[in-house]
Amino acid sequence: MNHDSLSAAQIAYLKSYRFHKIKILLYRTGILLLFLALWEISARMKWIDDFIFSSPSKLFLCFYHMTKENSLFWHIGITLFETLVSFFLVMALSLLITILLWYSKSLTETLDPYLVVLNSLPKSALAPLLIVWLGANYKTIILTGVSVAIFGTVLNLYTGFHEVDDEKIKLIQTLGGTKSHQLFKVILPANLANLISLMKSNIGLCLVGVIIGEFIAAKCGLGYLIIYGSQVFKLDWVILSIFILCLIAMALYACIRILEKKYLKQG
Amino acid sequence: MEPLILCSHVNYTYHTLQGETPALCDIHFHVNEGEFVSIVGPSGCGKSTLLSLLCGLLSPESGTVKFKGEIVSDKNRCQIGYMLQHDHLFEWRSVRKNILLGLEIQKKLSEESLLEAEHLLKLYGLYPFKDAKPSQLSGGMRQRAALIRTLLLHPDLLLLDEPFSALDYQTRLKVCDDIGSIIRKTKKTAILVTHDLSEAVSLGDRIIVLTPLPACIKKIIATDFPKDLSPLERRNTNEFKEYFNQIWKELNPYEP
Repeated sequence: MNHDSLSAAQIAYLKSYRFHKIKILLYRTGILLLFLALWEISARMKWIDDFIFSSPSKLFLCFYHMTKENSLFWHIGITLFETLVSFFLVMALSLLITILLWYSKSLTETLDPYLVVLNSLPKSALAPLLIVWLGANYKTIILTGVSVAIFGTVLNLYTGFHEVDDEKIKLIQTLGGTKSHQLFKVILPANLANLISLMKSNIGLCLVGVIIGEFIAAKCGLGYLIIYGSQVFKLDWVILSIFILCLIAMALYACIRILEKKYLKQG
Repeated sequence: MEPLILCSHVNYTYHTLQGETPALCDIHFHVNEGEFVSIVGPSGCGKSTLLSLLCGLLSPESGTVKFKGEIVSDKNRCQIGYMLQHDHLFEWRSVRKNILLGLEIQKKLSEESLLEAEHLLKLYGLYPFKDAKPSQLSGGMRQRAALIRTLLLHPDLLLLDEPFSALDYQTRLKVCDDIGSIIRKTKKTAILVTHDLSEAVSLGDRIIVLTPLPACIKKIIATDFPKDLSPLERRNTNEFKEYFNQIWKELNPYEP
C-alpha cells in the first residue's frame, strides 16, 4: 500500500488497527507466559507438588528425552493419522448419506428417528463394544472417532440441504435440469460454507473420538500415553501429551481456516 | 392457425392433511405465436400455479396443456423459458457463468452460444460486469442478467412470473420497459403473470383476468394500442386508462 496516496485520517486508522492487533497478540502471549512462569515458580518454591503437577522445565526435559528416543513423534503421528482418517471418513460418509437422504424423502422419514437416537447416544459407550467386535486396534479407534461426529454432521448437513430456497430448485427445473443438476449446481455450492463450518467442528470432534478410542484400545498414540502415564504415575507424560493435543487441535483448526479463507476469497 | 400453447379446461387442487384447496377451476385459453398475454388476479389466486402447469412443472388434475400441439412434458419443456419473481442469480458464480447456467444444464454450450452470450451482455449493458458477482449488480441489472439467461436458450415461449415485483418502483418501470421492448423486438411469445394492473396493460396484447381462489377466468380483454409504442409510452395513452379501469372493475366489482 502506498502511504503517500492515503489521507492522514486513513493512516491514523491503519496505525490504530495495527496497534490493536499487536496489543491483542501481546495479551495472548502474556497470559501464556504468565501461566508458565507462575507454574514454574510454584513448582520450584514447592507451593505445588511437581510430581503430581509437573512443571514447564520438567515438561521440556521430558519432551527432549522423548524426542531423542523418537517415541514422542511416533505417538503424535499415530494420533494424527487416526484423527485425519476419521475426519475424512466422517466428511465423505456424511456427505454421501446426506445426498442419499436428500434424494429420497421416504428414506429420510424412515431413518430420522434412528439418526436422532444415534446422535444423542454418548459415543464413548460404544467403544467397549467396538473393541470386542473389531479388536484392540486402529480400526476400533478410527471407528470411535467417526462415530463421535458422523450423526450430528448428517443431521446438520441435511438441514442445510433443505434450507436451500425452493425457488432456486424451481429455476433449475425450469431450465430443464435433473435432480443431479439441482445437487451439483445449487445444493452443494449453497452448502459449501456450511460444509466448511462442519469441518471446523468435526476436526476437533474426531480428535476427541480418537483419544477416547486410544484410552481403551491402543498400544500407541497420545491417548495411550495419557492413560499409561497416569497408571504408572508418569504425570509428565500425561501433561505433555495434553499440551501436544492442544497444539494439534490448534494446527488442524488453522488448516481448515486456511481452506475457509481460500473459499471466501473465491466466493 | 394452431395456437402455440393451449390450456384446455384445466383444474388443479392442492392436497394437504388439513384438506384440499382448489386452486384453478376450468381454465381455458390459448396463446398464439408472437402474442404477449398478461394474466392478472388478486394475490394468492393461483397465478404462479398456472405458470407451473403451463411449463409442465405440475400436472393438471383434469384438462390438458398442449404446447405446439403436444402435451407439455419434460421432452418439450426446454422450449419454454421461465423467469421467476426473483432473479436467483447464484452468488457463487460470476454474472457470465450465471447466464450460461441454462446452456450448461441443457448441454448446449458451444463457441457460437458463448459468442451470443457476449453479444447479449454487450447489448444489455452488462458486459463490463461479466466477471462481477451478482451482488455487485443493481436490481435492474440482475433482472436483465436473468432475462439473458432465459433468452440464451432460445425459448419459443417465455413465462414471466411477476419478474419485476422484487424491484423498487422506479427500477420496476424502467426494467419493465426494457424487458417488454426486448421481448417485442425479438418477437417472442410471452405470458406475464402479475398483480400489477399497469404492468399487465402496458405489456399485454390480451389480458386474462382471474377471479380470487379458486381461480377461474373472469374475462379476457384484448388491447389495441397504437403500434410501436414502448410499454412506458403506452402508459401515457387514453386507452391505457380505459383498460386499467375496465380491469379494476372486473377485479373489484362492488367498489364504485
